[in-house]
Amino acid sequence: MSDNHTAEAHHDDHAGMTKKKIWSVFWVLLGITAIEFLIALVLIPKGILGHGFGNVLYIALTLLKAFYIVAYFMHLKFEKVGLIYSILIPTMFIIFFVIWMLYEGNYWMHIRL
Amino acid sequence: MTTNTSQLDEIKSTPWNGGRSPFNVEYGKMMMWFFLLSDAFTFSALLIAYGALRFSSTSWPDPDVVFQSAPGIAHGAPLVFVGIMTFILIMSSVTMVLAVEAGHRKAKAEVAKWMVWTVIGGLAFLGCQAWEWTHLHHEGAWWGHNPFLNEDGTVASTNFTNLFFTITGFHGFHVFSGVVINIIILINVLGGTYERRGHYDMVEKVGLYWHFVDLVWVFVFTFFYLV
Repeated sequence: MSDNHTAEAHHDDHAGMTKKKIWSVFWVLLGITAIEFLIALVLIPKGILGHGFGNVLYIALTLLKAFYIVAYFMHLKFEKVGLIYSILIPTMFIIFFVIWMLYEGNYWMHIRL
Repeated sequence: MTTNTSQLDEIKSTPWNGGRSPFNVEYGKMMMWFFLLSDAFTFSALLIAYGALRFSSTSWPDPDVVFQSAPGIAHGAPLVFVGIMTFILIMSSVTMVLAVEAGHRKAKAEVAKWMVWTVIGGLAFLGCQAWEWTHLHHEGAWWGHNPFLNEDGTVASTNFTNLFFTITGFHGFHVFSGVVINIIILINVLGGTYERRGHYDMVEKVGLYWHFVDLVWVFVFTFFYLV
């Protein structure tokens, strides 16, 4: 029973990533980075994009890259749903922490002015 | 009655009723995931402190001015060098996942080949970081010293350099540890340890660590060099 189970686990891993898939994720990551450079070196200096909107785009593209690395390179997308949730749900705390601390930082700036 | 019994049997065979791992992963791999989760909290704390301090400042040094040098180019090349560093780290993540893939096929020579490339990528990244730190140090930047002006021309606090060297230093230390661990795994691959064991799960576990280092760099890159 337990031997069977291990064999199954290895079989699942096999199904996850092929060489072709690995290289396509690489091109996605490289492409996203290229877009970030385009924003930083062309779109913002030429005034096509504002700094504020540029920053929003940077963060969105960063989270997209993070998704590709965690889901495909770290293989999390192909794990059991219980493992996926036990890793992803605690990271929700980070989002709250970011919001609270940026709000607090902004408040510090206003009392300094 | 018979239906009731079969229903009870069905309940007992769910993944959470014991007898097997509900996550269907090896113990060491699950523990690596939970270690990485805790490490994610550590890096988040550092980056959030950076964000809070930056939000509390009326102005901040312009990254396109601070990071405008590359070897052989004194100034006027913003993002070029860090672009190379980012490319190196993404590339080494790819070679790592190729090593894992070869491990599933139990192709020892191929695992070793990709592990060698991963180690080379890690060393190249560390070399780049050493160059960048040395260059910034020559310009007078260090913990407690900030030669760069704010974007609006005012004198900047040392928060910028303190956070930069602490966070990239902590990340660089992770890369260094990763290279050391990758070398140990490479030696075990070449020595046939995993061939005898019948599986290359250890390559997968260090792979998770290595991808995490790449993941952290993605965030450091955005928040120090772009935003």
